Amino acid sequence: MQADLIQEARRQAEICNACRYCEGYCSVFPALHANRAFSDGDITQLANLCHNCRGCYYACQYTAPHEFDLNLPAALADVRQDSWEEFAFPRVVARAFQRNGMAITIAVTLCFALLFTLAKWVGPSDGEGFYAVLSHNLMVAIFAPAFLAPLASIAISLRRYWVATGGGPVRFAHVRAAFQSAATLRNLAGGHGEGCNFEDEDRFTQARRLAHQAVLYGFALCFASTASGTVLHYAFDMSAPYGLLSLPKLLGIPGGIMMTFGAVWLLDLKRKADPHLGAAQARSGEVAFIALLGFVALSGLVLYAMGQTALMPTLLALHLGSVLGFFLLMPYTKMAHGFYRLAALIRDAQRH
Amino acid sequence: MKPTPDIVVIGGGNAALCAAITAAEAGAQVLILEAAPKPYRGGNSRHTRNFRCMHDGPLGPLVESYSEDEYFADLMKVTGGKTHEALARLAIRTSEECLPWMEAHGVRFQPSLSGTLSLARTNAFFLGGGKGLVNAYYRTAAKLGVAVEYEAKVTHLEVEDGRVVYLDYTQNDITHRLEPKSVVVASGGFQADTDWLARAWGPAAKNFLIRGTPYNRGVVLADLLDQGVEQVGDPTQCHSVAIDGRAPKYDGGIVTRLDCVPFSIVVNKHAERFYDEGEDVWPKRYAIWGRLVAAQPDQVGYAIIDAQSLDLFMPSVFPPIKADTLEELARMMGLPEDKLRATVDAFNASCGDTRGFKPTELDGVSTKGLTPPKTNWARSITQAPFYGYSLRTGVTFTYLGLKVDETAQCSIGNRPVSNLWAAGETMAGSILGQGYLAGFGMTIGTVFGRIAGAEAAKHAS
Repeated sequence: MQADLIQEARRQAEICNACRYCEGYCSVFPALHANRAFSDGDITQLANLCHNCRGCYYACQYTAPHEFDLNLPAALADVRQDSWEEFAFPRVVARAFQRNGMAITIAVTLCFALLFTLAKWVGPSDGEGFYAVLSHNLMVAIFAPAFLAPLASIAISLRRYWVATGGGPVRFAHVRAAFQSAATLRNLAGGHGEGCNFEDEDRFTQARRLAHQAVLYGFALCFASTASGTVLHYAFDMSAPYGLLSLPKLLGIPGGIMMTFGAVWLLDLKRKADPHLGAAQARSGEVAFIALLGFVALSGLVLYAMGQTALMPTLLALHLGSVLGFFLLMPYTKMAHGFYRLAALIRDAQRH
Repeated sequence: MKPTPDIVVIGGGNAALCAAITAAEAGAQVLILEAAPKPYRGGNSRHTRNFRCMHDGPLGPLVESYSEDEYFADLMKVTGGKTHEALARLAIRTSEECLPWMEAHGVRFQPSLSGTLSLARTNAFFLGGGKGLVNAYYRTAAKLGVAVEYEAKVTHLEVEDGRVVYLDYTQNDITHRLEPKSVVVASGGFQADTDWLARAWGPAAKNFLIRGTPYNRGVVLADLLDQGVEQVGDPTQCHSVAIDGRAPKYDGGIVTRLDCVPFSIVVNKHAERFYDEGEDVWPKRYAIWGRLVAAQPDQVGYAIIDAQSLDLFMPSVFPPIKADTLEELARMMGLPEDKLRATVDAFNASCGDTRGFKPTELDGVSTKGLTPPKTNWARSITQAPFYGYSLRTGVTFTYLGLKVDETAQCSIGNRPVSNLWAAGETMAGSILGQGYLAGFGMTIGTVFGRIAGAEAAKHAS
């Protein structure tokens, strides 16, 4: 961990602890106020608990030009970003991708190339529909490890996080509390339920909360769609393509629309927001990640809409290439935040 | 050329905003002239955190009830009876309807902060503190069409034949003249002008720290008083507390306060004690320590505690000075070593049975035969490491101000100035002669800001 980032966050936390005016905004402040001194692990936990709602910044009487120069959202964002790179496995990969939108773009482009290559020379089989381009077995051979290996990496990272922040044995109640908080993004509700600051300085709106949840729930629906397809394939011997009224489509189409819409909305909000209240150095990585999410969703929808045309093999390669890139980079992009955030919420639930 | 507004509100804090919003809702064209740049807008309201509010039954974040009589009695206690009863009761009675008005105009409240549970019944805390409140009011004012000019310093109001005929303000070195129909002055006291403080207090005031905004320099106040507008309040009276001596000269706000005094001994630069540190619980005593420290040589004090007491009070923004021996601590703090040793030894020798020590209440654990005594929490200072904080006088606001009536109107002699009203700290001396009750400043600002805004709009229409 970078000691200077932790030290700057600690300096600010000590000022906050002497003030306490922001106690009602989010979970960070009650957790902060429970301490008199802050270990590196305490700061790491506070950083990952922070949802960057920015309420504390705009309400702060000590922001620049005041000599105390508080900017807690940025200080915690920097520590948070650094912690994801520090806990990642392997670390060097996270250092390459977290802050670097160009690296993400290049990696995903390589995934496109791989899929095009496979579709043209390796994959074609006598299957139907998509499987005529890439056989089902080949898809499984690529995507099962591409999904499971990153999850294993994330498990290692979370283990490191847990040790660093002094987490105890996890009970069901902790997990339930964390999921309840994440499901409603309670920490972006501003304490009064009117949302957070982001795109228009100190104005409270639900925009960021809604946009994020559109992506989150859209992603969950798309994931459920894929899972339901897997079940239909193996358990019921019903293979793709599925009709409009099938479970994969009923879940996947609304999910894809929500994800696409949410990603575009998030990018627009991000464009309007002040970058100096977040991890400014990671901005290009964050933008590339959101764009990738949006592309995964949109290419899936287009593939469905145009699956019967001659463009299908191209669209399939693009969609599967983006999905592959997304999964492989999961531990090393902003996607990691979801796992750390849940861990931090579980850890916070252990305080009570 | 911008159109001349109906009403000019001078100042950009809570009282100014309440006046501007009320006047704009009554249909007036309102211009706020705020001397500070935008990041520092809001005057001392930026540093506030709550609003003392009368209520019959639970109201918003407030629990139980707080009656007019109890509120008034609390006020009489802290002001030693120097209270204008009619105006004080007006502020108290109106406070109850203010809370929903504040919510309707964007202010959000939160439960009493950790460490302030004693105020959960009487004081409604702003979510995010006073700057959150100020931000919400600026948003509301903007929606109502109120214009705001920042770094706009009013230099003169021309008062002729009992009315303000024009006012001048400078912005970016250019002077502008406006002839509004009504003027509301809500630009605070003069505490940031340390020359003025020194004239009132003597040269010692140069060593005072100013807890709040550096922009409350009393320019408009002095200008009006010079033209015979009625004044109220004693220029030597100000609200001051003992704060960390390392605090910035201006704008240190809440985080520079020190809550360690009841668990310490406090000495002056000669390492002599000068007052009973354990006289009462800290919320009831912190406001007298500003004056006590101001009366010491060089206006400085030193609170000394030992390892037993470090966790008994809220942390403050600067870590204490720490040493393994008292002599080393004295050296680090610039105190005479032998004298501090002697003072601590004498204190320790006078401490009796400390088994009843209870940090959260008056425990009666006192010294015997010591002058001055320490009448509660008197526990000997023996366990290393030892810790020290320097204390200085931190001025919150001054009491000298504009005298107003129950319509917030200013006057010359017995005649009202027909188009001039005042609200907030600049007229708080009309109600309080001395002393202070937490959260009452925001009550005065809100109540009289709304009155001033309504009266100014009535006059302008």
